Amino acid sequence: MSDIGADIRQQSLISNADPQDFLALLKPRVMSLVVFTALVGLVMAPGTIHPVIGAIAIFAIAVGGGASGALNMWYDRDIDAVMKRTANRPIPGGRVSAGEALAFGLFLSVFSVMVLGLATNWVAGGLLAFTIFFYVVIYSMLLKRRTAQNIVIGGAAGALPPVVGWAAVTGDVTLAPMVLFAIIFLWTPPHFWALALVKCEDYGRAGVPMLPNVAGEAATRRQILLYTLILVPVAFAPVVLGFGGLAYAVAATLGGAAMILFALQILLAKGTDFTRACWRMFGGSILYLFALFAALLVEWGVAKFGVLTFIRGLWS
Amino acid sequence: MSALPEKNDGIRLTEEEKARRARRSKAIGFAVAGLCLLFYVISVFKMGAGVVKRPM
Repeated sequence: MSDIGADIRQQSLISNADPQDFLALLKPRVMSLVVFTALVGLVMAPGTIHPVIGAIAIFAIAVGGGASGALNMWYDRDIDAVMKRTANRPIPGGRVSAGEALAFGLFLSVFSVMVLGLATNWVAGGLLAFTIFFYVVIYSMLLKRRTAQNIVIGGAAGALPPVVGWAAVTGDVTLAPMVLFAIIFLWTPPHFWALALVKCEDYGRAGVPMLPNVAGEAATRRQILLYTLILVPVAFAPVVLGFGGLAYAVAATLGGAAMILFALQILLAKGTDFTRACWRMFGGSILYLFALFAALLVEWGVAKFGVLTFIRGLWS
Repeated sequence: MSALPEKNDGIRLTEEEKARRARRSKAIGFAVAGLCLLFYVISVFKMGAGVVKRPM
């Protein structure tokens, strides 16, 4: 019997993928943040949307976010292979071929934009298309390997989901969703630079010019504090504009104080305390962003349904 | 030079490859069924009450 299969296997013409490998291409953890922030944008928007259409809009935004993750993994497969953190992703791990990931990402991109456009409106569909374009082309292809400001500018892609969610209801973009955009946009640099400080060897090996590799550790520590000091007051904008209430103000105050503390710890820490301070900022910043958006969601739920109905709804 | 095989059996998938292919096929099946349901639901909810207003 001939073994022409061996050659074909070597050329990766036989797929070795499990369904969960394709799921991993969608970066589920990033997707969960996209879903949550888009949901807040959607419920905060004035106007009405049928709950089923709203759920479909969130699903489409989630799939669009996942599609951009798949396309990012397709483009970054060479650097993912040399970084410890990403070496076991489906493409460098040899379970999904680059072509499969590209086709999967492109299909889901078109699918998500079409579904969102048809189910809600084309402003939302267009914004989702722009989000995917920005993440894949502007961030992954143009910025990530060229400039230390990669995640500062690229952060716009991660900040757009609440704007898309808002537009799905209203068909336009106003100041309120742009404030939510600004919060996530300013949150991104301290969050990712805290990770980059710990993983700078990994990024250096892959040739990705993250700020600690280019400007040095001391400059990154200062930049983290600087962005945190801009972020914390901006996070109070919903209170000033009237769409953030008491719970939001408490979250912004306590969370903001914690963020400044984390940034100061990174600035001043030495030795193993420094690594611990970076991880504290990385994890704490996720909690901070979650607390801000959760406060908006809870205030919206309480205002719309009353306290008991809202809690019962969460429970069931 | 080795002799050509008498009969070309093509590619034989290993048991593991067959199992993975079956799981992928199932996932594609569920995805297609999900898509049909999704488009059906979008159509019904976009048309709303208009779905029963058919010209005679």
